[in-house]
Amino acid sequence: MFTNFFYTLRERKVPVSITEWMTLMEALSKGYISNLTDFYYLARAILVKSESYFDHYDVAFQEYFKGIKAPPEISEQILSWLKDPFNRMLLTEEERALLDIMDLDELLEELEKRLREQTEQHDGGDYWIGRGGTSPFGHSGQHPTGFRIGGGGGGRSAIQIAEQRQFRNYRQDLTLDIRQIEVALKGLRQLNRTGPEDELDLDKTIDATAKNAGDIDLIWRRSRKNKVKLLLLMDVGGSMDPFAHLCSLLFSAAHRSTHFKDFQYYYFHNCIYDYVYKDIERRDGVSTEHILHTMEQDYKVIMVGDAWMAPSELNSVYGAIYYYERNYKPGIVRLKQVADHFNHCVWLNPEAPHYWNESTITMIKKIFPMFELTIEGLQQAVKKLIVKR
Amino acid sequence: MANDGFDKFKGSHDYVTSEALRNAVNVAIALKRPLLVRGEPGTGKTLLAHSIARGLDKRLIVWNIKSTTKAQEGLYVYDTVQRLNDSRFGDKDISDIRQYIKLGKLGEAFASKEEVVLLIDEVDKADLEFPNDLLNELDEMSFYIPETGETIVATHRPIVAITSNAEKELPDAFLRRCIFHYIEFPDPALMEEIVKVHFPDIRGNLLRQALATFYSLRKIDDFRKKPSTSELIDWIRVLIASGTPDEAITADIPFAGSLLKKETDYAYFINTFMKKKQTTGTSDN
Repeated sequence: MFTNFFYTLRERKVPVSITEWMTLMEALSKGYISNLTDFYYLARAILVKSESYFDHYDVAFQEYFKGIKAPPEISEQILSWLKDPFNRMLLTEEERALLDIMDLDELLEELEKRLREQTEQHDGGDYWIGRGGTSPFGHSGQHPTGFRIGGGGGGRSAIQIAEQRQFRNYRQDLTLDIRQIEVALKGLRQLNRTGPEDELDLDKTIDATAKNAGDIDLIWRRSRKNKVKLLLLMDVGGSMDPFAHLCSLLFSAAHRSTHFKDFQYYYFHNCIYDYVYKDIERRDGVSTEHILHTMEQDYKVIMVGDAWMAPSELNSVYGAIYYYERNYKPGIVRLKQVADHFNHCVWLNPEAPHYWNESTITMIKKIFPMFELTIEGLQQAVKKLIVKR
Repeated sequence: MANDGFDKFKGSHDYVTSEALRNAVNVAIALKRPLLVRGEPGTGKTLLAHSIARGLDKRLIVWNIKSTTKAQEGLYVYDTVQRLNDSRFGDKDISDIRQYIKLGKLGEAFASKEEVVLLIDEVDKADLEFPNDLLNELDEMSFYIPETGETIVATHRPIVAITSNAEKELPDAFLRRCIFHYIEFPDPALMEEIVKVHFPDIRGNLLRQALATFYSLRKIDDFRKKPSTSELIDWIRVLIASGTPDEAITADIPFAGSLLKKETDYAYFINTFMKKKQTTGTSDN
């Protein structure tokens, strides 16, 4: 029954398993359902385990039960294009900066809008989706931030991007599992006996009891607790988009780990300037000065970022890519401040090490010990964080 | 729905539910699966279990999870220290281990003679592995005590409600076995019902004014913690007790401290709202 609905859901990226599907079948066979609304709630309660997938579920539900094929099929292509980091690398600095101006959702929205408006094939011009032309959408075009949709590439960027398929395999090698990251993070541990004496010291109790001629003498001790405090600073958006998934894995792993005494995280874009942010959208800002004043220097700091930007973004006053940042101290000064304040800092770079001779990466590498964002690199970084200085 | 036995839970007189929530609860009861409830703080996740217990007239067992809670504690604890201590005096028969086995909340729910409602509150507070450690016990509704060689089997499967604040991600294997419901923040119409449950005699005008103010405050994104249902209830209680005139509610927002619990939010509110009021106030005159 409804087997295709299962596949529709999976197509829409709702993580449904067979177990859950069988549960739904069990519920259906008991005849609890009398109409479609009941079914909607029943299936949702059984199949979807996070509110973040409710929207996916709704789309799939509509598609299956109304026979409406939702349009943004094509966005998949765009997303996978963006997720391939090599596509971005092949763009020039200017082009990348342009791409950063438009945020992904905006771009997709605009694309969908134009797809709907457009009813005929279109060649040339600077607005419609079609071939040639300078519209950001379409193929064989010249628009620097444009996406190629199917077809052969005409413009320089499109050709190079599309034909570099050999790098794909490389990307798949880099499979980090959340569990592996957690295990690696477990290495961040410095145990101290603190808190109330609430743990029975068995050896000493036996000793004391024996000396006491068998009359029980209980010896208690403080339990061992991890004293490591972690501060995670992550570069998001722009050139980090291809690594978004990887970074979210690292973040979840750190967030799930219960063994830290304290765990704080902030986001930044490209480089740390006057503010860091509590949210990915970078709306809820906290001044960097405040962080440096309020956080003790024994926090272990993990910076995550590609460290790859225009040199001016790192070295100049007001160099931040967003004009509203108006940083009065160059990014590199801020980075040095962070590195000086905290005793233990590392930088995890998702870019492969053979790109690390890029000018900004070299500069940052001098400030922070840099490791690749792989399991091996993470293990080395953890070791670096735990050694005494 | 024709099938009897499905539409068991209809909410209780002091807890207002949406259709989706009632449905989820009934599915969980019928399929005998744990119900996992998530939602913003203050949307009544914990109260839901109380309401289920009252609505179905069953005993409620609450297991509050803390960061140090181990799955084993929910099943049973073998009190070795007590036994060792008793061994010194010889006034008790310490060879009977059973008297030193203390059932935990889950064990209690299994051992109960009648069907009970078990609330596992804030499951995400505990260690990462905690939910996984309970998988088997929740599936089989039984566990084995090696010390006594006994197996505790639930005669009636308890109705299990689990709440989570989404502080940590829960393991997939655990999620697969649960029925999930996300309690959305109530819309004004539902909120009106909820308030009326708490204050049956509330004046219509006061309620309207209070709700309008409340929802407009919730629209301000700059608050660290937006006021939620429980804060609204508290606030209305204060408003009624103080006898504030209705028109002052929207104009002055008195007792805003009971709506905004974070110091920064309160300061922000005083700075922006009160200043704006002063400037508009003078222009009125």
